[in-house]
Amino acid sequence: MVAPAALLLLVFHYVPTLGHLMALQDYNPFLGESALGALLESEWVGVDNFLDLFADSAFWDALKNTLAITLFQLVFFFPLPILLALSLHGLASAKLRGFLQGLACLPHFFSWVLVVTFFVQMFGGAGLLAQQLRQHGGEPWDIMTNPDTFLLLVTAEAVWKDLGWGSLVFLAALSSVDVSLYEAAAVDGATAFRRLVHVTLPALRPVIVLLAILRLGDALSVGFEQYLLQREAVGRQAAEVFDTYVYYQAILPQQWGVGAAAGLFKALVGLVLLLAAQRAARALGDPGVYSRS
Amino acid sequence: MTERAAPSALAAPSPGRSARPFWREPPSATVRLGRGALLGAVALMVLVPAWSILVTSVASKETIEQTGGMVMLPRELDLSAYVAIFSGGQLPRALGVSALVALLGTSLSLVSTVLAAYALSRPSLFGQRPLLAYFLLAFLLYPGLVPSYLVVSGLGLKDTLWALILPNAVSVFNLVVVRSFFMGLPSELLDAARLDGASEWAVLVRIVLPLSGPVVGVVGLFYAVGYWNAYFNAVLYIDDPELWPLQRLLQSYILAGQAPLLGGASPAGFSAHPPTLAVKMAAVVVAVLPAVLVIPFFRRNFTSGMLVGGVKG
Repeated sequence: MVAPAALLLLVFHYVPTLGHLMALQDYNPFLGESALGALLESEWVGVDNFLDLFADSAFWDALKNTLAITLFQLVFFFPLPILLALSLHGLASAKLRGFLQGLACLPHFFSWVLVVTFFVQMFGGAGLLAQQLRQHGGEPWDIMTNPDTFLLLVTAEAVWKDLGWGSLVFLAALSSVDVSLYEAAAVDGATAFRRLVHVTLPALRPVIVLLAILRLGDALSVGFEQYLLQREAVGRQAAEVFDTYVYYQAILPQQWGVGAAAGLFKALVGLVLLLAAQRAARALGDPGVYSRS
Repeated sequence: MTERAAPSALAAPSPGRSARPFWREPPSATVRLGRGALLGAVALMVLVPAWSILVTSVASKETIEQTGGMVMLPRELDLSAYVAIFSGGQLPRALGVSALVALLGTSLSLVSTVLAAYALSRPSLFGQRPLLAYFLLAFLLYPGLVPSYLVVSGLGLKDTLWALILPNAVSVFNLVVVRSFFMGLPSELLDAARLDGASEWAVLVRIVLPLSGPVVGVVGLFYAVGYWNAYFNAVLYIDDPELWPLQRLLQSYILAGQAPLLGGASPAGFSAHPPTLAVKMAAVVVAVLPAVLVIPFFRRNFTSGMLVGGVKG
C-alpha cells in the first residue's frame, strides 16, 4: 500500500537529494548511458564548485536579498495573522466571522501569476491607483518597477496572499483554549487585557514558536515564482533571490556543478538553521517541532 | 472531537451561537475601533481589486478609454471579451491542459497519499516505524533544484504533462495529516470489521474512507489547487507553448503582454494585435473562478478535516 507514494518520493525527492553529490563533481551529462551513469563517471573535483560559487558576487547579492526578505517578513508579516486571528475570534457574530474568514483566505488560492497581476492592475504604472492620482492632479508613482521599494512590495504581496490563511492555525489554537480558564480569570478580577496576556497568548505560544522555527529553517527559500515573475520588471539587483539565482546562473546556462553547489549550500544552511532554532526553543522550554518522547 | 470547547456549567445557556458568555464584557471603544479598521481593511483589500477586475472585464472599449484603464463603476455588461477568449486560440487549450493536469494529478496524489497514510496508521504493519521514518525524513532533506531538473529531464519527461504531475505528486505534509486523522478513528470499529473477516482493503474502502470525507476532501483540494496554480514547473519543463498550462500562458499573456490568446494566431508568431485590457481581465476572472468556487466547500470541511487531523498529530 505504501509502494506508490514511496516510489514517487524516492524518484523525485530522494534521488535528487542524493544528487547533491554533483556539487563535488565536474558533472558532464554526456558521460555514461544515463543521468545516473553520468553521475558515476563524472570527475570528482572536491570543493572547486564552491570556490566558483563563493567567488561570484551575484551569489552574495542573492543571498543578501534573500536574508533581508526573510528577516523583514519575520518582523512585519509574521505578527499580522495573529492580530487578525484575535480580531476575528473576538467577533460575536459567527456569520460575519465566517464571511470575513472566507474572504481573507481567498487570495491564498490564487496563483502567484494572478497575485502579481492583481498588484500590477492596482499599483502598476497603468493601474487603478496611478490612474486616480493622475485624474486628481497627483504624481503617479509605480512601485511595481521600483527596486528601492521592492522589499515592501513583495511583503505586501505576501501579506495579501497569505494573511487570512496564516490566521487559520491561530484561530484553531484560540478555539481550543479551555473556556473555564477565561471564566476563572474573570472571576478573579482579570481585565480583558490581562486575560489576553495571561490566558490567550500562552495558549498561542507553542504555535507561534513552531511556525517561527519552520520559517527560520526555510530562511533561504522565500518562494520562487513571486520573484521569477517580477525579476524583469524590477531588475536583478533587487529581485534576485537564492532560488532565482540557481535558475538563471545554473539551469539556463547549464552550469550544473555550480548550481548543485548552491543547492547543497541551501540544504545544509536550512538544516542547520532548523536544528538551531529547535534547540533554542527547547532551551526556552518549548517542545518545538518535534518531541523526543 | 469538536466539543472540546464546550461551554461549562457557568456559562449562561444562550439560544444563539453568537451570544457572549456573561463574564465577557463588551470590548472597549478602542478595541472595537482597531478591530473594525483591521477587519475592514482586510475585506477591502480583497474586494476592491476583485470588483475592479470583474467590472473591467465586462466594460466596453469606450468605457475603458474614457476612464483611462481600470474601471470601478459598471456602465454596461459587454461580454465580448469572454466571447473573444472562448472563440478559440490558446486560452481554451491552456484551460484544458490545466484541467487535465489537475484531474490526473489530484487522482494520483490522493490515491497514493491515502494508501500510504492508511498503511502507516496501522501499528501492526510490519516495518511501520522505519517506513514512517522514510517518509518523515523528507522534511529534513531537501533535493537541489539542479538534480531535480536533471532527474525529470533524464526520465524523458520534458515537454510532457507528466513533468507537471509527477515531481510534486506526493506531499509528505498531506500524508501526515491524513495519517493522523486515520489514527484518530475509533479502533474498535476497524477491529470489529476485521473480526468479521474484512480484508485491509475492505476496511479502508468501506469503513475508513466513508468516515474520512472532510480530510480527504480538503487534502484533495490542496492537491488540486497546487496543480492548477503551478507555474514554475511549467517554466522549467514545458518549452512547447501548445502544452502550456493556464498560469504559464497568463504570465506571458498578461504580465509580459506578448503571447497570442485569441483565435487564429499561431504560438510561434506572437500576435499582431495586443490583447485589450478587457480581454486580459476576463482571462484573470476565468483563472480565479475555481478558487472562488472552492471556498465554501473549504470553509465547511477545513475545521473538521484538516485541523483535527493536524492538531492530533
